Amino acid sequence: MNRLNHESPIVNDVFGISWLDFNLSNVLMMFVASLLVFIIGVAATRNMQRYPKGYQNFIEWLIDFIKGIIGSNMDWRTGKLFLPLGLTLFAYVFVSNMLGVITNGVVGHTLWWKSPTADPGITLTLATMVVVLTHYYGVKLKGGKEYSKGFVRPLPFLLPFKLIEEFSNTLTLGLRLYGNIYAGEILLGLLVGMATTNFLGFLGASIPMLAWMGFSTFIGFIQAFIFVMLTMVYMSHKVSDDH
Amino acid sequence: MQVFTNSLVLGAEGGFLVGDMLTQLFFFIVLLVLLRMFAWGPLMNMMKEREDYVANEINTAEKSREEAQRMQREASEELKKTRQDAQSIIEDARKTAGQQERDILESARNEAERIKESAREEIGQERDKAIQALKDQVATMSVMIASKVIEKELSEQDQEKLINEYIDEAGEER
Repeated sequence: MNRLNHESPIVNDVFGISWLDFNLSNVLMMFVASLLVFIIGVAATRNMQRYPKGYQNFIEWLIDFIKGIIGSNMDWRTGKLFLPLGLTLFAYVFVSNMLGVITNGVVGHTLWWKSPTADPGITLTLATMVVVLTHYYGVKLKGGKEYSKGFVRPLPFLLPFKLIEEFSNTLTLGLRLYGNIYAGEILLGLLVGMATTNFLGFLGASIPMLAWMGFSTFIGFIQAFIFVMLTMVYMSHKVSDDH
Repeated sequence: MQVFTNSLVLGAEGGFLVGDMLTQLFFFIVLLVLLRMFAWGPLMNMMKEREDYVANEINTAEKSREEAQRMQREASEELKKTRQDAQSIIEDARKTAGQQERDILESARNEAERIKESAREEIGQERDKAIQALKDQVATMSVMIASKVIEKELSEQDQEKLINEYIDEAGEER
């Protein structure tokens, strides 16, 4: 059962490996999102001047924004290490979210154009990557001993909860993003379906659709912000001394 | 995998596709590396450079402000000193002038005194000389008159005695 009776272009058992399945639409959209982020990033940092103007102002505002997120979680000395990660995560998640808000592309009965973040596998991959990175930097910056001690602090009997927390963090981080974006796309799809039935349906659906697109844009921004914010919160739990 | 995920609501999209996950991971890491290399790196360098520039400018401004203050202080000290110098020069000049005035007055007074003195002396000498001359003349005239009057009655000695008496009287009367 696929959403709204649209098929996903799934290729099973690539190279004859039984567990290697691809959803080609996801692959396409991940590529598009990455490409867009890369183009935006590179275009914004061409012709940099000491007096920023135009595009450079925008990208510097973005940097300050991410700096603010990091700075609210840890001190800047360790925090500056994560600035590129935060920037790329934010840009990638936001652009991904927006791709599905702008339009959903269906060819035949196959859904090709959507948000890559409207797929739980992808968001959970990002979330897992983030959590693994927090452990990596925890060990790297504080040493294995301090890192291990973090699991039994402040009291040793918290160890099982700490362990569960790592997994629940991963799950909530990924599924929150997925749920928000997927729900937004479902509702947009429903509204599009309603708008294309007949003239009255178009009249009835166009206003809510405009409103919902605006709201989805807002949601897309907020979710990207929350994703980066939580990344930095988890990171600071592992690398900051005061936790 | 499919069996498990299909039993959840997540299965609605076709479940977890390991290929998608690997692709996502690959794309994201590549994106991270590329952006760091081509976008964030240069941008952060630029921002760092600007920070340094601004800090440097502030330092320079601070330094030149201090320099200016120092120079101003020096200049005002210089001005004060110059003013004092001028004051002392004027004071000196005034003192010298007063001294000179006194000297000139003194010497003028001395000169006048001296001239007066010498004039007085001269007058005295002249007077003595005049008196002497007068005495001689009077004596001569008296002798002539007396010789005329009493030519016959007096001898040479009596005449002489008489004349001297008169002359002495005349000298005492004066």
